[in-house]
Amino acid sequence: MIVAEKKPIEEVIAMVKDFRKILIAGCNECVTVCEAGGKREVGILASALRMYFMQQGNKMEIDEVTLERQCDHEYLEEIRNTIDQYDAVLSLACGVGVQFMAEKYFNKPVYPGVNTCFMGVTEERGVWTERCQGCGQCILDRTGGICPISRCAKRLLNGPCGGSTKGKCEISNDLPCAWQLIIDRLKELGRLDEYERIAPVKDWSTERAGGPRKVVREDVRQ
Amino acid sequence: MRLRYPDTIRIIRVPCTGKVDVLHILRAFEKGADGVYVVGCMEGDCRFERGNLRARKRVEQARAILDKIGVGGERVQMFNLSSGEGPRFAEYAVEMTDKIKKIGPNPIKLAKEKMAA
Repeated sequence: MIVAEKKPIEEVIAMVKDFRKILIAGCNECVTVCEAGGKREVGILASALRMYFMQQGNKMEIDEVTLERQCDHEYLEEIRNTIDQYDAVLSLACGVGVQFMAEKYFNKPVYPGVNTCFMGVTEERGVWTERCQGCGQCILDRTGGICPISRCAKRLLNGPCGGSTKGKCEISNDLPCAWQLIIDRLKELGRLDEYERIAPVKDWSTERAGGPRKVVREDVRQ
Repeated sequence: MRLRYPDTIRIIRVPCTGKVDVLHILRAFEKGADGVYVVGCMEGDCRFERGNLRARKRVEQARAILDKIGVGGERVQMFNLSSGEGPRFAEYAVEMTDKIKKIGPNPIKLAKEKMAA
């Protein structure tokens, strides 16, 4: 999932304080799972903002909605008939949802309520860690299902480096060395011979270095 | 036991304190409550294992939010007792009431009255 973190409420207040009526729009997908922008967080933020502005003598009206997704036309269309009554939208979706909302409702100011962090997993409730950087050329088949692009600080393709000590990365004692994980797993799978194979230079043009990316599937396109 | 406790307290029954959400606490303040306290079972004695621990976390979250928006996190508190401790329930009610009286009324209630005037 895409992992996001709630923006500090002070930052949100500064963004919306001059509007009279706003819509807080949550998203039912990734940000719900990482407890940053689902229905519950929409309710909490709306309640907190209402109380804050009430104390300031500001009669701002705050409505709430949580869409199934903010990265698809069909769900964003659900607010087409009501969006004109708002001065601005505070979207708690990831950066993708915020942008799609802004593209679709061109004359409506849209503000982000979360900081979008990475694609990752829920290690335990309240702990999320990165697993994928969307490099566009998956090499997990060669690395025992552990991604050195997202999990190695240096994104090494032939690791580990000299900074790997007792299974930890030199940048933090809390961070496992991705290449130690890869070696351990390949050993477990009886595939250590794959580790001996030198990985060629990676084509980074499919990563962000090649500019904004696009996937077109003519077979499903209408 | 027929114990007395302050009549300013409104009891909201939940199946387990694990049911209490941050939003329930915030809404109470939005509606004008001067304080909210959650009374759960003793830690380690939850029938649902972690209900009262979840409640404690949510009380902490609500406190942090209320501090940031100027209502005051000290208006929310978590208490733990066992179901056989009636006198302690009454003690906590008195303790919380005294604390809230010292802090004063909910600023949201005052702001609402001011806006309506």
